[in-house]
Amino acid sequence: MDYVAHDASDFARPAEVEEMELYHPKTFIGKYIWSQDAKVIAVQYAITAIGIGLVALVLSWLMRLQLAFPNSFSFIDPSNYLQFVTMHGMIMVIYLLTALFLGGFGNYLIPLMVGARDMVFPYVNMVSYWVYLTAVLLLVASFFVPGGPTGAGWTLYPPQAILQGTPGATWGIILMLVSLAFFIIGFTMGGLNYVVTVLQARTRGMTMMRLPLTVWGIFTATVLALLAFPALFVSAIMMMLDVTLGTSFFMPAIVSMGQQLDYTGGSPVLFQHLFWFFGHPEVYIVALPAFGIVSDLISVHARKNIFGYRMMVWAIVAIGGLSFIVWAHHMYVSGMNPYFGFFFATTTLIIAVPTALKVYNWVLTLWRGNIHLTVPMLFAIGFIFTFINGGLTGLFLGNVTVDVPLSDTMFVVAHFHMVMAIAPILVVFGAIYHWYPKITGRMLNDTLGKFHFWVTFVGSYAIYYPMHYLGFAGVPRRYYAIGGTNFIPESAQALNASITIAALIVGVVQVVFLYNLVWSYFKGKPSGSNPWSATTLEWQTADTPPKHGNFGETLPVVYRWAYDYSVPGAKEDFIPQNVPPRDVVLSSNKT
Amino acid sequence: MQGIVADWSSDQRAFKNVPWGKAMMWIFLLSDTFIFSSFLISYMTVRMSATEPWPNPSEVFALTLFGEKIPLILIAIMTFILISSSGTMAMAVKFGYEKNRKMTFILLLITAAFGATFVGMQAFEWTKLIVEEGVRPWGNPMGAAQFGSSFFMITGFHGTHVSIGVIFLIIVAIKVLRGDLDHERPGFLTGRKGKYEIVEIMGLYWHFVDLVWVFIFAVFYLW
Repeated sequence: MDYVAHDASDFARPAEVEEMELYHPKTFIGKYIWSQDAKVIAVQYAITAIGIGLVALVLSWLMRLQLAFPNSFSFIDPSNYLQFVTMHGMIMVIYLLTALFLGGFGNYLIPLMVGARDMVFPYVNMVSYWVYLTAVLLLVASFFVPGGPTGAGWTLYPPQAILQGTPGATWGIILMLVSLAFFIIGFTMGGLNYVVTVLQARTRGMTMMRLPLTVWGIFTATVLALLAFPALFVSAIMMMLDVTLGTSFFMPAIVSMGQQLDYTGGSPVLFQHLFWFFGHPEVYIVALPAFGIVSDLISVHARKNIFGYRMMVWAIVAIGGLSFIVWAHHMYVSGMNPYFGFFFATTTLIIAVPTALKVYNWVLTLWRGNIHLTVPMLFAIGFIFTFINGGLTGLFLGNVTVDVPLSDTMFVVAHFHMVMAIAPILVVFGAIYHWYPKITGRMLNDTLGKFHFWVTFVGSYAIYYPMHYLGFAGVPRRYYAIGGTNFIPESAQALNASITIAALIVGVVQVVFLYNLVWSYFKGKPSGSNPWSATTLEWQTADTPPKHGNFGETLPVVYRWAYDYSVPGAKEDFIPQNVPPRDVVLSSNKT
Repeated sequence: MQGIVADWSSDQRAFKNVPWGKAMMWIFLLSDTFIFSSFLISYMTVRMSATEPWPNPSEVFALTLFGEKIPLILIAIMTFILISSSGTMAMAVKFGYEKNRKMTFILLLITAAFGATFVGMQAFEWTKLIVEEGVRPWGNPMGAAQFGSSFFMITGFHGTHVSIGVIFLIIVAIKVLRGDLDHERPGFLTGRKGKYEIVEIMGLYWHFVDLVWVFIFAVFYLW
């Protein structure tokens, strides 16, 4: 028998802990509103995050309209423009991507993939969502207060964030800081759940090294978030005291609008250190779940085991660890001690090693695979392109000498959108197309999906590729209008206009995606329980969509890793994780 | 070492025989450590970057007792009380696992009382600074404005932790007294069965708050 199985065994140790007690609500409200079921909480998180994300999308259109056609829109004045920039960035990074990857996919996939009935503390998990919703509502409220939301840029650098003259300096900044504090409190409740569930509530046979990479990505990102958000929390509190009580943590002695203010002796660079100690891990809080999910998508749809599973796991962990010692590469021009630049440039470039390793492994997984160009696979491959692209420009910006002339130009905007906006959002789309059948029991429409992919993918390049050139030409970011600047060629304006048109088209096409989500929920093709023939536990549930408690009467027992695709000698081209070796059906001509 | 590797490479649980609540508390405390570290490092930074001289803590925090000025006497008493409360907490955990309801209850109450005393003395200290010395978050007569800012922020945040701890100590004490933990009665908020583990989980939090105080004492009052 030439049946080869990696890491499979008929043996499973007896259960160590008794079954989880679950609270089964009887009413509609208990089941779908104040729900303690991680799957319902996940959908609540996802809908809220996508809803606020659409607001940020519209803000980006307004910004682009102003850049392409300056002086054509009377309702966009310089203050509005700065407010759009700020809220767009803050919403996309924190309230959309962080909440969607960890609160949305984390809640849905972790219990199902590790074989648990639910998160370990369902009540805390529920509260986590409602605190997150409060944070979102506070953020939305800042659009309606006198002065509007803050326009300080998503990095909220003092002193300008709290000086009069910056838009939203009266109310907007306060609501922003309070909203962030709420977000962090809510996230911590959820995050503790995700970490403890992965560590302590796996099913029989599920070792850490049999976890799907999706779980590894979300787990590591959650650990990063639990250690990085405290720095943001502390800086939010300190800035709040500076704004409301007139302390001088971040405020030096300063003359503003001809007046000497009461501040004295604070350190603005301290804020930048705290902010980026959070801010850089934040990049990987968004990227690591994307890495994990894309690994699974590629493996499933190429019908091949992931190349170098162990290396992939250690790369995720290494990237997570390194992400805590690179933060000051955001601060080369901040006025910190220049010698720090050497250290942080070195660590930054070291991160390229595990990251490149992951890219090679994705490509090697595709190599000679039985590639099915399904919609999730298209998005996964699209991710590899945009991620490599953004990663390479990261090498430019990681070096101090190259970064200095490029900082605060459109090159930076193009870089971080490629690497941590487009790349993760492509994975989000791919993941939604992949898991939507499990969540609703119906397939998303394939034609609409392919249309959505091609317009989004090509459109992203139409938006961000020219932006690199604008950056090289010296076009600064965050400027309301460039005006008659000698060193910027007039053709830059034409490029800006074309970028804006592409952005509007890509934005509008997202409506097709939303339509697809709604239409397929009612009219989509029924999917069955395992439409992609995948091995991981969430596809092996008794019901689709899974009921509260996930697995019906008995919990699954795991006998193998998550990547037994196209195993030689086996009849099917996949062997689910809960099939013991003795039950594997062998192909008839080989026995 | 081999045991750790064996546990982590096994199925179901990475920390064997560690209940979920206890694992969660440890991870929460790790996160909270980063919060307090950020506070203390920020304090050190503003102390170094302040343009005016830093007030001398042993003079500011001196009390006049029996006509003599004794530096840091109040803080010394507060520290003594908080560390003693860690001792009573540890004993409560021991008696809890022995299912000695009465002793657990009494020791938890003593711990809560020590905690409340600590917060009370802190309130006294704040009042004295604000009313008598004229220290405000935005400035003080003795020197750098950041002195008051950092002091109120850090001790305020720590005091909030102690106060929350006192509230939960009292809740756990009542549960012990009523026998909820013996009868595994579904508890407060979660609907899970009550177990004596929560006394130990409470203890982890309490020892952490105590440990943080030691650091605050060292870098704020003694520096």
